[in-house]
Amino acid sequence: MAEIITVGISDLNIARSPDILATYALGSCVGIALKDVKTGIGGLAHIMLPWSKEANTATAINPKRYADTGIRSLLALMKQNGASTAITAKIAGGAQMFQTTFHSFNIGQRNVDAVKTVLGELRIPIQAEDTGANYGRTVFFHVDTGVLEVKTASKTAKVL
Amino acid sequence: MALKKIDDLSDFQVDTLRELGNIGSGNAATSLSGLVGSEVMINIPKVRILDFEEAVNFLGGPERVIAGLLIRMDGDIKGMILYAFGEDFSQEIVGQFFGKEIGSLLELDEMDQSALSEIGNIMAGSYVGALSAMTGLTIHITPPCLCIDMAGAVLSVPAIEFAKAGDKVLMIDDSFGLGGVTVKSNMILIPELESLEILFNRLGVV
Repeated sequence: MAEIITVGISDLNIARSPDILATYALGSCVGIALKDVKTGIGGLAHIMLPWSKEANTATAINPKRYADTGIRSLLALMKQNGASTAITAKIAGGAQMFQTTFHSFNIGQRNVDAVKTVLGELRIPIQAEDTGANYGRTVFFHVDTGVLEVKTASKTAKVL
Repeated sequence: MALKKIDDLSDFQVDTLRELGNIGSGNAATSLSGLVGSEVMINIPKVRILDFEEAVNFLGGPERVIAGLLIRMDGDIKGMILYAFGEDFSQEIVGQFFGKEIGSLLELDEMDQSALSEIGNIMAGSYVGALSAMTGLTIHITPPCLCIDMAGAVLSVPAIEFAKAGDKVLMIDDSFGLGGVTVKSNMILIPELESLEILFNRLGVV
């Protein structure tokens, strides 16, 4: 029986076949699903913000919250558990939930851009993405097949 | 001592916010009553300091569809307000306002959505008006921006904004009674920390 392992906001986890990694209601946040094609280890991170260096240093930094440190932490965890370097990525999220210019920065787009930059630096190819637009997404990452299932409140589910 | 995080608020400061919430909710109930043209009863609101995931669970879980109105505060007090409610609130309030049956949140037409935005504007204005009247501080609010989607996705916007100040939000949990039905709404306040300090200094709460 496949078990569903939930990844919270600003969190990450890994799993092996046949388990499923899930994260619920990504808004402007981005879900990054990594799969090691050799060993079948899968990982999922749910990041909130683009760059850890932009954090307010008054509060302790949670590395899982940022695209740069979050993706690197996920990759490190996968490698500690025996993952190879043959890793591919699928990403979803980064919506602009409110159609307004007043929150000065489109954080969803900035998150997507940061995720792509970091994956590029790590030479991890992005196989598929469902990002942007203006709706929330729940994702299920099927570690066995590498399928990323994207569900929304009002649209038909997508399979990446 | 300068406030660094919302969790650093003293019990007395939280009680002060709770009292401001009471007065704001009273104003909001009066406005609501004027809108729907019937008597509105209000229960004593609960003011909670919750982390993001608790707030999402409080609203029915991450995938529960809610309506959220995002409003920016500017002036002496800066920050954001997210006014959040579920289907029951929209069906009762917009239904009574237009005198018609309202479908699910995802089926609302443009007129219904614009009515919801206006209602949110009036409700947020009632809270902010109370705050302003009690403190003499000037607070402007922008017109609300509506988003109907999964609670987790809607709340991610203020949560991201708030990530700079910690993981906690202030939630005022209201329940209104109208025509034998009880409906709930939640005012989620995300003031900038400097603004909270200005507020407490003005009220002599240290």
